[in-house]
Amino acid sequence: MSIVRVSHAAVGYDGRHVLHDVSLDVEPGEVVAILGANGSGKSTLIRTLLRLVPLGGGEIDLFGVPQRRFKQWARIGYVPQRMGAGGGVPATVGEVVSSGRLARRGIFRPPRSADRTAVRDALRDVGLLDRIDDPVATLSGGQQQRTLIARALAGQPDLLILDEPTAGVDAASQEAFAATLQKFRAAGGTILLVAHELGPLAPLIDRAVVVHDGRIAHAGPVPEPAGHHAEPGHDHLHPHAAVPKPGICEWAPADRMAG
Amino acid sequence: MLRSLAGALIIGLTAPALGIYLVQRRLSLIGDGIGHVALTGVGVGLLLNQSPVVTAVIVSAIGAVGVELVRQRGRTSGDLALALLFYGGIAGGVVLVGLSTDSSNANLLQYLFGSLITTSTQDVVIIAGLGGAVLLAMLLLRPALFAVSNDEEYARVSGLPVRTLNLLMAVTTAVTVTIAMRTVGLLLVSAMMVVPVAAAQQVTRGFRTTMTAAMAIGVGAAVAGFVVSAEVNTAPGATIVLLALTVFVLLAIGSAVWRVRPRRSDESEPPDVVLHG
Repeated sequence: MSIVRVSHAAVGYDGRHVLHDVSLDVEPGEVVAILGANGSGKSTLIRTLLRLVPLGGGEIDLFGVPQRRFKQWARIGYVPQRMGAGGGVPATVGEVVSSGRLARRGIFRPPRSADRTAVRDALRDVGLLDRIDDPVATLSGGQQQRTLIARALAGQPDLLILDEPTAGVDAASQEAFAATLQKFRAAGGTILLVAHELGPLAPLIDRAVVVHDGRIAHAGPVPEPAGHHAEPGHDHLHPHAAVPKPGICEWAPADRMAG
Repeated sequence: MLRSLAGALIIGLTAPALGIYLVQRRLSLIGDGIGHVALTGVGVGLLLNQSPVVTAVIVSAIGAVGVELVRQRGRTSGDLALALLFYGGIAGGVVLVGLSTDSSNANLLQYLFGSLITTSTQDVVIIAGLGGAVLLAMLLLRPALFAVSNDEEYARVSGLPVRTLNLLMAVTTAVTVTIAMRTVGLLLVSAMMVVPVAAAQQVTRGFRTTMTAAMAIGVGAAVAGFVVSAEVNTAPGATIVLLALTVFVLLAIGSAVWRVRPRRSDESEPPDVVLHG
């Protein structure tokens, strides 16, 4: 049974078509990266998976169950790109991570020791246990991202979905994520992540799916970055990206793409 | 006198527990907005010859739900939605009351703008019951409400009933404000929803501690404000609010001073202090 099966999905919003005829399978234990330039539709794809964006056409199955009937959201751990604009009131790292337990225990049960243990374990996994009582606003960007990963891990999910986990994050934190994700995979978890560039996550990836203009342009091993793209820390925001070519610049040149 | 104190205490304890979520969603002025929409509710009641209080509660619940739906759609910001509520509310109330047979403006005011001084035993019973129910709900649902207010998208992905929780908050706010304002006055109930929270978050680090501190400040201001107003013969509701604001100012200044205090560097440790282990 595939963990995620997307069949001919089409998504449009605000009158625009964002995804056309997208099909994707993620098998248990895989680490799949969805790559693409900004605006390609890759974030929309996972947001559609998570029901944050309505599906316009096609089907999505999660853990073998059609999405509209799927209820076991605790099996999915979502790591958004950044903390929601939580607004006026302070929150500690521990409190934010604890909200990752709600999918597991339901909204009416009070927290128990199992919940507290899961929160501490998740924070230990990302190396932030010592900050558990600190306000999240005092953390660096990379630490806040690690808090979001801990929040997703606290629910003990089977599938982790991450949206650009390394965007704007310092190199040390990126290394830390890679280690955390490796541990999650080693324990039998499945990972689906959207990335603009992979950095230290590259060795982890089993399969890459490149999205371009709302369609799957390439599916297979991670394309090798070529030329100046191979520089570590290279940023893919090129001036000429205003006119996107198929593939990500030299990553998946047109002549090497599967139909 | 004791009844008024009881009313103030209940509001001081309960309003911040509700208000903390409003502050988090940047809807701090909604108390006033609801008070104004309640005017339309009173107008409807007078026009239809129904109990104006009941229609006020219903109409303000509808208004609060309307603000929530507008906010959810994301095209109109919270503050603009509140402004629409305010002005629509007053205008609706004035027009409707003018149309009804019982058309004096004084009636409008007396149905709604109660004050702490005129609290009756029945009033205390009603707001005690209301306060108890609201407090229980806010504490029971705190983890879920926190998750929704802190990161609504994540809460949705977690499978939480986000829309239902948001609407519940809207209706609870409307009902609380409309009923409480008749006993303790609109000023007191709306201010106590947000001022203690503002004061508490000057010094707290997390959500739970903010909520607890806000409730403590609310109760403290209620008692102290009541006593002061009795001594100095001022309006109790307004005095309580001013006291809560004073706490805010003191804590804001205090925490700013604390943050810039000169820190002791290691060199200032006396050389004969030996740290073992």
